[in-house]
Amino acid sequence: MNDFWIILTASLVAINAAILGCFLIMRKMAMIGDAISHAVLPGIVIAYFITQSRASLPILMGAAASGMLVTLLIQFFNKKVRLQNDASIGISYTFLFAIGIILISFFGTDVDLDQECVLYGEIAYVPLDLSFIGDYSIGPRQVWILFTSLIIIVTGVLFGYRKLVLTTFDESFAAALGINVAFWQYYLMAGVSLTTVVSFESVGAVLVIAFISGPPATAYLLTESFSKMIWLSIALGISASIIGYFAAVFLNGSIAGAIASVIGLQFALVFSINRLRKKSNISEALA
Amino acid sequence: MNTLREIISFFSFSEPNVKVVFLGSLILCSVSGLVGTFTLLRKRSLIGDVISHSVLPGIALAFIIGQQKNIAYLLIGATITGWISTFLVDYITKHSKIKSDTAIALILSVFFGVGVLLLTHIQHSGNASQSGLDQFIFGRASAMNMSDVYLFSIVGILIAAIIVIFFRGFTLLSFDESYAQSIGFPIESLKLMLSITTVATVAMGVQAVGVVLMSALLITPAAAAKFWTHKIHVLAILAVIISGASGVLGSAISYSSKGMPTGPWIVVVVSLVAIFSAFVGSESGLLKGYQLRRQNNIKILRENTIKLFFALQNLNKTQSRFSLAEVSQNSKMALSSLKRGLNLLVNEKLINKDSSGYEVTEKGTEEAKAIVRKHRLWELYISKYMNLKPDHVHDDAEGIEHVITPEIEKELEELLEFPTRDPHDSEIPY
Repeated sequence: MNDFWIILTASLVAINAAILGCFLIMRKMAMIGDAISHAVLPGIVIAYFITQSRASLPILMGAAASGMLVTLLIQFFNKKVRLQNDASIGISYTFLFAIGIILISFFGTDVDLDQECVLYGEIAYVPLDLSFIGDYSIGPRQVWILFTSLIIIVTGVLFGYRKLVLTTFDESFAAALGINVAFWQYYLMAGVSLTTVVSFESVGAVLVIAFISGPPATAYLLTESFSKMIWLSIALGISASIIGYFAAVFLNGSIAGAIASVIGLQFALVFSINRLRKKSNISEALA
Repeated sequence: MNTLREIISFFSFSEPNVKVVFLGSLILCSVSGLVGTFTLLRKRSLIGDVISHSVLPGIALAFIIGQQKNIAYLLIGATITGWISTFLVDYITKHSKIKSDTAIALILSVFFGVGVLLLTHIQHSGNASQSGLDQFIFGRASAMNMSDVYLFSIVGILIAAIIVIFFRGFTLLSFDESYAQSIGFPIESLKLMLSITTVATVAMGVQAVGVVLMSALLITPAAAAKFWTHKIHVLAILAVIISGASGVLGSAISYSSKGMPTGPWIVVVVSLVAIFSAFVGSESGLLKGYQLRRQNNIKILRENTIKLFFALQNLNKTQSRFSLAEVSQNSKMALSSLKRGLNLLVNEKLINKDSSGYEVTEKGTEEAKAIVRKHRLWELYISKYMNLKPDHVHDDAEGIEHVITPEIEKELEELLEFPTRDPHDSEIPY
């Protein structure tokens, strides 16, 4: 049963991340996802310290606030003082992440949070932390949190699908139609913050990035259609969760690390096949 | 107060370990500031991020192969996987439709994931000498010892020497790669050299500041320096100073209270320097921008006001003195800004003011003529060369008249063969 809960948790994160990831990588914003996922740390720590609990709502709000802060900081460096984009992202998130780690050390033993957990999570403990209705166990708390987040993300994306797609693929056309491009960008960023926060406890920041960038990139190599790309990414993410889990058990190592490795292998496989096919196409054409 | 005393005690080097942390941070940060200058200029800041995450599997593999925590082995392992990661990012972006940001995010998370998998595998395998390997993730400057500092000095001097010797080549590579190639610079070797120095710097630094924050040491000092200068030599020197000073200050702060991590404090200090520079930097800081915009607005206000007197004089040849009401009638400006403009001109003695109104001086007349001349020359120029109708050219000229330099004015005059009349058949005053 534990195996099932762990794989289910990872798969839920995978679905959340894959849906958003498809939009992010088409917008050339994958690294903003990376930035947000690191930058939520100080918000989480402060919320944690104030409420002294792992209650989801305050932590979510804390994380959303620092996720917002990092996007504003990036905007400030990039737009206000015209620093190049890559440097703006790099400065902003490392700054907030550093503050987060300092806060953890500062609160020390008052806070039951550790820095490793933020980066690669504690998915193995997910089945131990159960939710109850009365005396009746209804499964791990994380699964319920992730499931709620998934419903929010899916509803949000379905609700704004046309506009999200339009602003992703042709920003100026969307703007010409009178669509508020900045609003939909923040809409998406809010989704990324939500996904990062609900996943950090179980899988950590780095696996979220792997899920956001990996399966969508692999799917992008396999199909031209955007809706197919989303479905494929979800399938790739879930299969990586299953294979990765058993690989981790076999190697006696981190589950999050193993899943990220499988995501890498999936990409490497598709990329190499694509390259080989392209090369043989070229040599056929030349022959 | 206690903290301050601790910081002072840090700089007195009363404890031998303090000297190690001080020297280690100073060397690491200075080298990363120098290398980071080119990372920034080549717009490869996030590549630093990839490298720093990707040294982790190298460290773990080096440990698995060597079965001991020899820093030299670990450095070599780190350099190899770090370099492979940058190669892969370039390869993927070059040979597929995947964009660089996606490739970066993918490679850094996958390499880091592999690193975590290997590290946890080692930890669970029960090899006793592995303890402390995980500090590469977050870094522990206090874990450095004197032999690390010697190693850092040697590697640091080597890296600095490479950069100083090939400074010209690296500069050209950063600004104009194709030009560098066309005049026979060996750009592939230069690129390789630069990426090896970057990877070696990161590999060296992760022990002290950890993988996530190492990229900040590459990016942030150079970005902070960029707000103060555009000269590349100065930029590099300034980045080294900012980075070195932040390294020392950050480790002093972390020393001052127990259990404080060094790397994050260094990053916070250097980030604060960057944010401060973004506001007040003398080259491209926010305040500098405001100042320039303000100066520009004053210039436009001044020129628009003096121009009014040209129109007024032409309208009414017998009159030389105009009341505020008369001036304002001929102007589209708001009364408050008109008053401000008039005051500016009075102060500059371009117009005189007395109880009955304003009178333009001879110097003022010349100035007004000059503006109108630029305006009408431009109108003529665009109506002639862009085939615009005369009634379409005014707005454009209204903006450009404040920007035309004497050189451009001269060129316009020659191009248009010293015209006397503009497209609206008004006289061009000389």
